[in-house]
Amino acid sequence: MKNKQKIPGPFKSLLSGRFAVIAIPYVWLLSFFLLPFIFVLKISLAEPIMAIPPYTALLNWGDSWLPSIQASLDSYLFLFSDSLYIKAYLSSLKIAIISTILTLIIGYSIAYSVARAPSRWRGILLMLVILPFWTSFLIRVYAWIGILKTEGLLNLALMTIGLIDKPLIIMNTDLAVYIGIVYSYLPFMILPLYANLEKMDMSLLEAAADLGCRPFKTFWTVTVPLSLPGILAGCFLVFIPVMGEFVIPDLLGGSETLMIGKVLWTEFFYNRDWPVASAVAIILLALLVVPIMLYQRSQEKAIS
Amino acid sequence: MKKFGNFNIAALVIGFSFLYIPIILLILFSFNESRLVTVWGGFSTKWYGELMQNQGIKDAAWVTIKVAFVSSTVATILGTIAGLVMTRFGNFRGRTLFSGMIYAPMVMPEVIIGLSTLLMFVALAVDRGVFTVTLAHITFSMCYVAVVIQSRMSSYDDSITEAALDLGCTPFRTFILITLPIILPAVISGWLLSFTLSLDDLVIASFTSGPGSTTLPMKIYSMVRLGVTPEINAVSTILVGLVTLGVISASIIGRRQKQNIIKV
Repeated sequence: MKNKQKIPGPFKSLLSGRFAVIAIPYVWLLSFFLLPFIFVLKISLAEPIMAIPPYTALLNWGDSWLPSIQASLDSYLFLFSDSLYIKAYLSSLKIAIISTILTLIIGYSIAYSVARAPSRWRGILLMLVILPFWTSFLIRVYAWIGILKTEGLLNLALMTIGLIDKPLIIMNTDLAVYIGIVYSYLPFMILPLYANLEKMDMSLLEAAADLGCRPFKTFWTVTVPLSLPGILAGCFLVFIPVMGEFVIPDLLGGSETLMIGKVLWTEFFYNRDWPVASAVAIILLALLVVPIMLYQRSQEKAIS
Repeated sequence: MKKFGNFNIAALVIGFSFLYIPIILLILFSFNESRLVTVWGGFSTKWYGELMQNQGIKDAAWVTIKVAFVSSTVATILGTIAGLVMTRFGNFRGRTLFSGMIYAPMVMPEVIIGLSTLLMFVALAVDRGVFTVTLAHITFSMCYVAVVIQSRMSSYDDSITEAALDLGCTPFRTFILITLPIILPAVISGWLLSFTLSLDDLVIASFTSGPGSTTLPMKIYSMVRLGVTPEINAVSTILVGLVTLGVISASIIGRRQKQNIIKV
């Protein structure tokens, strides 16, 4: 510390205090969020062996002072040689895109209606949106099993009122996965949309109406463009986590439902192939880095 | 004013039915006499009694409460500091990385977070158990707390803090005497949010837990895989009830402070 003496007393303590305050959460996140990815990368380059832990060491210290590096790209080559993995990435992408669009359409209608509701209702309505957001994901997915399964409540209801003769097969299909995703992620879409729509300057809509614009056209040319930040935030909050979703395809999907989060889980817990599981995670991460950075930027813009 | 038309009413009725009917049915069938989840056999609370006999569930519940309590408390402290850093510390070096590490865990697929945290613990030869689950929960919960604090911090006038500092109050005393009382509702909702996030987490806990540290969601998950039973409905109903209670009290605290939107 060369310039230690130049800083006057109270100011110095302020500076070092400032440094400490930044350092506490910074170091925590570096060690428990960022650092672990280095281990994932490292293990994705190792080879699986029958041992504890079940992978080879990357650096072999031996008896020389310079370690020999033993890296292998086998896990990555394996991912590209077996079409299962590429299909799983593509299928996750498809499911994530379709369910984001579905969630947006349903979420927008609800958020828009809550924002337009009389102000004395709004608090209660917003609370009704937040409540499922706080309720366990697992429980909300589980709730659908009893409804969707072949001898479940939906088929029972439809057959009782005579709409169908034979039970519909929904459980363990992609349709059940879509229902589960839209249901579980709906609050994540509604909340940012509502925050945006509620702040919207109503005089702009009145101006459009006064100038003879039809309500439908006003919606598309004024409301939707103005709510674009909310739409983006909501879509990121749904799309990114759905890409790696595990619980929903596992509980509601069937053997046909391919999603990469489930593949990763299987590789890790059932096949105990840690290097391949790590490689799956690294490629998924690489696909999601850009959306995550765009999400971060949109959030920072919203705060400032 | 644009009028609140039929479309809006229909959207709200259909939307909220979609959100709530599954949960209502789940609760309803926890009071079913019959073991079949689709046939109503009369009102009964026997599944709750059976729950009380289930040692596995009780152990898991106890582990979960311990983890949730410790992790939400530490996450609230760290997250409050992080929220403060994000709003009141200007542009320090490495700020972009810092905000990236705050926002990324909120959207990052849980399988990635779970796997990466576990691999680090294994590589560093840390024994897996309650401790490792707690560390992992602190890390993602503190990001949510930071965002809740941040939105509160950026919505009030800072001149009062500046006045205190100008008059010679130390930064720490200024924080305790002025900033903390103002942001207290956000700190409390941050704690409640962390608590429920920890209570609900299945994926990250499955990766980072070890023998003897099975959490309640892990226990429920293994029961669900064996089939739908009224017992799962009963334990779910208790959890839903607790969370509802927490959200309602958080919103009452929030409304008292005229700040009631929990932004994500």
